[in-house]
Amino acid sequence: MDLEIKTRKEKDIPVLTLSGEIDVYSYPKLSKALAGYLDQSVDIVINMESVKYIDSTGLGVLANTAAKIAQKKVHLHIFCTKTNIKKIFEVSGLLQKNLKIFDSEATAIENSKKS
Amino acid sequence: MKTSSHLFHVDMPALSEYVGSMRLLIGGISGRMGFSLEEVEDIKIAFSEACNNAVQYAYPAFTGAEKVEIKIKIEGFQLEIQVKDFGRGFDVSSPPKEHAVDDPNPHLGLGLHFMQSMMDEMKVESTLGKGTQVRLMKKVKNPSLPQTEA
Repeated sequence: MDLEIKTRKEKDIPVLTLSGEIDVYSYPKLSKALAGYLDQSVDIVINMESVKYIDSTGLGVLANTAAKIAQKKVHLHIFCTKTNIKKIFEVSGLLQKNLKIFDSEATAIENSKKS
Repeated sequence: MKTSSHLFHVDMPALSEYVGSMRLLIGGISGRMGFSLEEVEDIKIAFSEACNNAVQYAYPAFTGAEKVEIKIKIEGFQLEIQVKDFGRGFDVSSPPKEHAVDDPNPHLGLGLHFMQSMMDEMKVESTLGKGTQVRLMKKVKNPSLPQTEA
């Protein structure tokens, strides 16, 4: 299953909606999509409700992005309620670092800002 | 009751585009064995991480002959997955390092951690210049499906 990425803006906050699988084959597509926002000083919301699978390569892209934008005092906010996807984040330990998961997209956007 | 014993053997080209297809195979087989939905997802993750390491790091380039040998062994309620490459190998005594933030190929060194966390047992053998073999083992905790005779 391929990875699809749709982007939009909500109150100047970029929202990326992902669907499909983020794995060793598709992670470069996510990396390329996020690269466009690294120079902007704004939180990024990632909607992962339709993501069926993510592994360490996908986590690596998210963690790397979060670390880079943290230098500009902005953050990556993830919306995901899927138990299997949240488990991967929990096992990885990344939630103790720069990544935050919200259980609604609206809440993720409300907690986002431009620095 | 007879114990089932089956072996699947696939030689996968060492290309990332095929890992997802192999993941479907593993998911189907493990689901049929009686693992729970959560356990099937765990097995798919662990297996994929083993394949990821092989396709990303075993061979300097793909020229057409490079392969990842996958063996799936079923012994009763015990599943063993072997992922073997014939590439450069690595020093198993050196722990994986987290790459720099500006590394264009972000790799967190989480592969081994996921394999260990998601499976009952994980063994890695590697010889520099000859390749690496990962063995992943997991047993169905609460067998409820009848075993088919071999």
